[in-house]
Amino acid sequence: MLWLLVALPALAGLLAFAMPWNRPRRALLTGTAVAHACLVAIIFVRPPAPVLYGWIALDAASSLFLAITSFIFLIAAFYAVGYLAREGRRTREQPDDELPFANYPEATFTGCCLLFLAAMTLVVVSQHWGLMWVAVEATTLASAPLIYFHRSPKSLEATWKYLVICSVGIALALLGNFFLAVAARACPSEHLHLGIAEMESHARELDPLWLKGAFLLLLVGYGTKMGLAPLHTWLPDAHSEAPSIISALLSGVLLNCAFLAILRGHSLLVKAGLGNFSRDLLVLFGLLSMAVAGLFIIGQLDYKRLLAYSSVEHMGILALGVGIGGIAGFGSMLHAVNHSVAKAMLFMAAGNTLAYFRTKSALEARGTLRILPVTGFLWIVGLLAITGSPPFGAFLSEFTVLKGMIDAGRIFVAIFYLIALSIVFVGMSAVILPIVYGRPITSMAKTAQEPQSDEHKPVETSSVTTASEPWWSLVPPLLLAMAALVLGVYLPQGLTDLLHRAAIAVGAE
Amino acid sequence: MSAWLDAILVLLVLSSLWLLGSSRLQACIQAVAFQGILLGLIPLFAEWPAITLRLAVAAIASTVIKAVVLPAFLRRAVREANVRNEVDPMVGFTTSLLLGIGLWGLAMYIAGPLTLPNVSPLLVPVAIFTVMCGLLLIVSRNTAIMQVIGYLALENGIYAFGWAFAVEEPLLVEMGVLLDVFVAVFVMGIAIHHLSREFDSIETDELASLKD
Repeated sequence: MLWLLVALPALAGLLAFAMPWNRPRRALLTGTAVAHACLVAIIFVRPPAPVLYGWIALDAASSLFLAITSFIFLIAAFYAVGYLAREGRRTREQPDDELPFANYPEATFTGCCLLFLAAMTLVVVSQHWGLMWVAVEATTLASAPLIYFHRSPKSLEATWKYLVICSVGIALALLGNFFLAVAARACPSEHLHLGIAEMESHARELDPLWLKGAFLLLLVGYGTKMGLAPLHTWLPDAHSEAPSIISALLSGVLLNCAFLAILRGHSLLVKAGLGNFSRDLLVLFGLLSMAVAGLFIIGQLDYKRLLAYSSVEHMGILALGVGIGGIAGFGSMLHAVNHSVAKAMLFMAAGNTLAYFRTKSALEARGTLRILPVTGFLWIVGLLAITGSPPFGAFLSEFTVLKGMIDAGRIFVAIFYLIALSIVFVGMSAVILPIVYGRPITSMAKTAQEPQSDEHKPVETSSVTTASEPWWSLVPPLLLAMAALVLGVYLPQGLTDLLHRAAIAVGAE
Repeated sequence: MSAWLDAILVLLVLSSLWLLGSSRLQACIQAVAFQGILLGLIPLFAEWPAITLRLAVAAIASTVIKAVVLPAFLRRAVREANVRNEVDPMVGFTTSLLLGIGLWGLAMYIAGPLTLPNVSPLLVPVAIFTVMCGLLLIVSRNTAIMQVIGYLALENGIYAFGWAFAVEEPLLVEMGVLLDVFVAVFVMGIAIHHLSREFDSIETDELASLKD
């Protein structure tokens, strides 16, 4: 069963490379996504047995992140099919600041998407340090061509940065794995291999010094992938240059997978009695990420970069919540769900906006509510959901994290957290509100204006006609909007239990 | 036999300094290839309880890749992209060397409390030093090829460390080595190929339009 979960998207991915026809390949993408989601649902009802000497198994944390992965990918697959159809029709018309480019063939896109899903699934279900490392590495390999899909110089630059920075991160994580193996040598009772459960059961007998070193390296290594500041530098570039739907997958799913890898390390340290060391580090990186994100969000004019920095901020919240522990650990798990849903929706809205306006500048893409009414609505819902306004889910989770801080007596951390959240709220509103409500400007004015001045006189178009919005670009994000709302007003008992069990499994509660 | 191992480790340190101080791209490629050969020699001289067939295969494969395949690939990239045979550093060579000496001190300091039983005391500091030199090269050199070379140096350091307990955990070492090499060759290879097509020369300076 668990084999199938990884093998199905992997085989479908290989098949997609080989398939010469576009339409069946798109059906393959959605079909695999649906099948994957069904498998996950079956797994929830009937927990499967571990496979491969227990290297692949399902615990509460795996189940939670697996559910997020499968759900977001399912929604994104339908959006991606529409996206591919439009890209296929599109001639060599360009966004105004780009040189002519030619997309990768569609087979590469679909195949890499499916392999990406397989790799991410493997990350969340692996219960072995080595295997998890290989899987994280595989996510980098599978996603690089996706970021470079447009094959423009800028996307090449973004891909290069992504590869170099993430490869260095992954190399450091490998060194972290070696340190773990050294720590395991100290165990007198048994010859330990790098199984996660196996090491946790003997955690007290491991060498604490090497263990600390290992966690530091794992945090830096996987933190690079997760986008924790100051290792986040690839993230805004990759997110702004990749196709929007890929940004949605990177932000909504991939970052969570890297987070889970860090959580495994945290869990091991907690069980070894070194929890304070890992908690302090997580709080430090969390606060730093929120601060950096806040600084770069202010005055950010590229709306896709804005969303990317928002991801850095939310990864900071996740790390912070786990670092504080207690109820904040539960809040952090809940926030992982909320962030994925809201961010994926926002990137889809950004994709719709980019497709119409052909620019990523927030100064030029104005008045979506009048031109693209549903997309404008999505922007507003997304803004409220991502900044943690009630009644959306993120409000609940950010508030839970805050409560955890106050319970733990970390008043200064709480004050810093609130300040950072406010800065981000103001910064994001300042950019997104004009995108929604601003007066649409004509293309004449667009070329004439200074990019820096916000005070320019937009030439209002005399008659703004509503552009058509295809259903595929609206239904998936609307579903996500609904999910974000539901998560805010009603948490099913089953989900609450799962979140608690996940938080306990990774030593966050 | 540990004298031989120590000699190899010292040569590894020297080749890292060579990388830092060299102004010629070809010399840097040679230095990385030399490191690959040194790493291939480690298993011959280390005091292992037993070298299994499996480990021997991994060692030979990685030596061939590190010392022959990757350098050849890098030379080809230099030739095809018409890169000038100069390193073009952001940090000067003398400064780099001085930094390298500082890094050696830092590596000794970090490695001080980290002891490995049954292994030469030089191994941990040398591995850490090589990793740090790789990082320094990645951040202080402009050309994409030099960054790849820096990445390979970093990987070599990790690999040297991995041999310390290859006997106990061969699987991890094998996976690590092969996958790292896979990344270096395929991904960076593909990237460099595209880089050379898009730009006349592979300078990461030109890859600087995305920033805040």
